[in-house]
Amino acid sequence: MDREETSARIAALIAPFNKKEVAITDRTRFTDDLEFDSLTVMDFVAAIEDEFDIIISMNQQAEIENYGQLVDAVVKLRG
Amino acid sequence: MLSDNMTVSHTDLFSKFDPLIEMRRNLLDSGVEDPFGLVMERVLSPTVAMCNGRETILLGTYNYMGMTFDPDVIAAGKQALDDFGSGTTGSRVLNGTYAGHRAVEQALCEFYAMDHAMVFSTGYQANLGIISTIAGKGDYIVLDIDSHASIWDGCKMGDAEVVPFKHNDIEAMEKRLRRIPDGAGKLVVLEGVYSMLGDIAPLKDMIAVARKYGAMVLVDEAHSMGFIGPNGRGVAEDQGCLDQVDFVIGTFSKSVGTVGGFCVSNHPKFEIMRLVCRPYVFTASLPPSVVATARTSIRKLMHAGAKRAHLWENSKTLHKGLKDAGFQLGTDSPQSAIIAVIMPDLERGAAMWEALLHEGLYVNLARPPATPANMTLLRCSLCAEHSAAQVQQIIGMFTRAGKAVGILG
Repeated sequence: MDREETSARIAALIAPFNKKEVAITDRTRFTDDLEFDSLTVMDFVAAIEDEFDIIISMNQQAEIENYGQLVDAVVKLRG
Repeated sequence: MLSDNMTVSHTDLFSKFDPLIEMRRNLLDSGVEDPFGLVMERVLSPTVAMCNGRETILLGTYNYMGMTFDPDVIAAGKQALDDFGSGTTGSRVLNGTYAGHRAVEQALCEFYAMDHAMVFSTGYQANLGIISTIAGKGDYIVLDIDSHASIWDGCKMGDAEVVPFKHNDIEAMEKRLRRIPDGAGKLVVLEGVYSMLGDIAPLKDMIAVARKYGAMVLVDEAHSMGFIGPNGRGVAEDQGCLDQVDFVIGTFSKSVGTVGGFCVSNHPKFEIMRLVCRPYVFTASLPPSVVATARTSIRKLMHAGAKRAHLWENSKTLHKGLKDAGFQLGTDSPQSAIIAVIMPDLERGAAMWEALLHEGLYVNLARPPATPANMTLLRCSLCAEHSAAQVQQIIGMFTRAGKAVGILG
């Protein structure tokens, strides 16, 4: 699966968590721009993990600050 | 030159705490008594203390079995002070293991019917030490999102991959276990009783799943020891799956009535932990009086069936009384000795806490981020030494305070 398709699937998953309907770009930050709190992060990460059948450990999550980094991480984890 | 540095702009490392300082100031400016600055001037019994000159019923101490004033426990502590002095001044692996440390570990082995017991200086250190040591680089820790701070800190201190799952959600746990790469070591970390809401875990089902995926299992039974299970061994014993648990973590600072932490296990290589577990090695051991009181208390808890029954009665009575009064509680039915009363927000939670204190009742105020789902809670922990009359008195105090603060209609 290429980056574009992965990004499209993640974009669909992010919608229910994007309460303020912030326009999503690779630079959109989860904490600062989307204002995700820890509970939202948990639910959102679980949705992504289920969609792609992967694990994003908390150690890996710590390295992911923006949308682009998340897409790259998922592409990499999918192998 | 040192003086050159004087011109460099200075970042106050404390500025990161500004939001909390602000929140605290707002709360105290409203005139409410500081919920995190209470001083107990005198302690009269496991259930009564003097606070601000007022006789106060204690309903937030985790002193579940009321062992803190047990005459045998106190006598053992005094004797140990006379015989062994006030402290060991040393690590367990150097000069800090006295006969009493061995004796309390023996008492734990007998209490849990397990082969090995290792005593730490606090319960926090027991989780910190065991979790950070056994799960290393390339291993995976799968844990409940509502785990205690000491579990999270143990994860953070180690090098394992940390994978949380939704509270008590067996399916969410299984999905994560299934996705762990082949060959990686796996540790599942669960608690018997979750102390914020006082709910228990479906350990039997969760542990069966963990086992299916070849994970080792650690269960923190801090809030169930002495009380839950036929022999007071905890929720795993109660659900008949203690033999499937690799490591039980516990504490002396709740039912046992002193301070200290421990891990018990049947793992054949467990004793090596004493050499490799840094929070065990690089700290001073417990004072002789503490291990003597702990040992005496643990041995008495083996035969405390009547007290356990009375504590269950207290828990059921308080749960029903508060529910009938109209309070929103953390669990639909009483599952442990903790009853959590859910407050609408921090302001009214703090006001309610203060109103209860003025009534002569102490409970724990718990607020985010320690609480699940950002709730403000008044946590009540019952004691086997609370009389039936005290429990009725407590329900009356809650009802009056709830009306005064406007939480009850």
